Amino acid sequence: MAYSNKVLDHYNNPRNVGSLDKSSAQVGTGVVGAPECGDVMKLQIQVEGDRIVDAKFKTFGCGSAIASSSLATEWIKGKTLDEALAIQNTQIVEELSLPPVKIHCSVLAEDAIKAAVNDYKSKNTVEASAHEASK
Amino acid sequence: MKLPIYLDYQATTPCDPRVVEAMLPYFTEHYGNAASRNHKYGWAAEEAVERSREQIAALLGANPKEIVLTSGSTESINLALKGAAEMYSDKGKHIITCQAEHKAVLDVCKHLEQQGFEVTYLQPDKSGRVSLEQVAAALRPDTILVALMWANNEVGTLNPIREIGALCHEKGVLLFTDATQAAGKIPVDVEADHVDMLCLSGHKIYGPKGVGVLYVRRKSPRVRLVAQMDGGGHERGMRSGTLNVPGIVGLGKACELARVELESEAKRCAELRDHLEKRIFSELDFVHLNGNREHRLPNNLNVSFAFVEGESLLMGISDVAVSSGSACTSASLEPSHVLRAMDVGEDLAHSSIRFGVGRFTTREEVDFAADQVIAAVKRLRELSPLYEMAQEGIDLKTVKWQAASH
Repeated sequence: MAYSNKVLDHYNNPRNVGSLDKSSAQVGTGVVGAPECGDVMKLQIQVEGDRIVDAKFKTFGCGSAIASSSLATEWIKGKTLDEALAIQNTQIVEELSLPPVKIHCSVLAEDAIKAAVNDYKSKNTVEASAHEASK
Repeated sequence: MKLPIYLDYQATTPCDPRVVEAMLPYFTEHYGNAASRNHKYGWAAEEAVERSREQIAALLGANPKEIVLTSGSTESINLALKGAAEMYSDKGKHIITCQAEHKAVLDVCKHLEQQGFEVTYLQPDKSGRVSLEQVAAALRPDTILVALMWANNEVGTLNPIREIGALCHEKGVLLFTDATQAAGKIPVDVEADHVDMLCLSGHKIYGPKGVGVLYVRRKSPRVRLVAQMDGGGHERGMRSGTLNVPGIVGLGKACELARVELESEAKRCAELRDHLEKRIFSELDFVHLNGNREHRLPNNLNVSFAFVEGESLLMGISDVAVSSGSACTSASLEPSHVLRAMDVGEDLAHSSIRFGVGRFTTREEVDFAADQVIAAVKRLRELSPLYEMAQEGIDLKTVKWQAASH
């Protein structure tokens, strides 16, 4: 299979590889996919106010999955939570010129963003309500 | 060193220059039709074909008259299985095969099921091997055919063909074996091994593509097949079509070379393979051998690199030409059916790479490949959330995964 230059670039020089402290209240973590399906993405965001100030990922998967998640971290950095949630997998497909068999990689990246944002939100509403309760 | 380094000898092999040299006159000088009985051109072609038949038969311990020339293993398999099923359907309609067979066998069996035959698909053990006991237990009074590969094309595991052959002969059931990977790599003797039908392909043994063999036993028992292609009645009526004389000459030469050099080449390949295996296993953790250490081809190594997906690994070793059992390398998105049948775990199936060394592989190439693979696995594990979790001591089997919403 021939890969697009952008996929090759992200594969060879993945952006924002790494991990953030998942126990921190400012960090949202999304883990999507399954090893038996051949891809697992972990995407983490660090949030200040409602803005994503940092993003990290680790991906087990094919080159297109690695590229999709690398691109996702690049895109969401500096965005608000709502802007990040608005990212569609089709934008990733277009940017990376993914062939039809690789569309699921982009779906997974979109899911990972949503999972990370939702994790952050649920952590903070729980903590906010816990804070309320302790008053 | 020519890049990328070719370590995919189970997929195909380069033609040996000695094979090409033997073929050349048959394109431009001796271009006769081997079926032309009334002039010198035809005689020269026929003579060359008969010489090839002898060379092929010698590799298999067969009689030249038992060699049916075809276009390759897939055609041979179709002819053997469909031809025998049709011929012996009065005797019974049960066939035994294995889940780890090549798709050519499995798809023909599926076709026969649609025709009213019943097929038992034996599950191999975790090393990819079928046992004599499994075959014995599956045999029924209406079993007409057992179809089992000699050596598996993905993991190189060898089936106990001689024992199974003896059992089949005792029970009066035909044994077909797909020896595409085994012929020329390990000793094959259709008499001692009690094989009734066997296929091989030229291009797997340094011969040309598009030519192959079906060995069909003539005595005790005499195997009869219903032809699957009608025409001029070539090849004892079993396979019509003008013979591919240059291809057949090349195949004959390839068989002769394989026979003469079998022992020394098997030893050399095993040394290279063992060296590759030793380097991978000593320099990386979490690696699994797929296959059978004791019963396997001398030139095959199939390894799963846990926590690294196969296709991404192939991208990382672009100077090495190998295959992966990963789903992502195929259009079907299904991981290798062989590794699934062996029950190695879907996650490890996605992480498998097949290395095949061969006649032209050098130690320098093996070391180069090992360096690339080891470096790529280490790099991709730094990217892998699964490796991180494993190092944190999380048992991945206990994690509740969320599959994608597709």
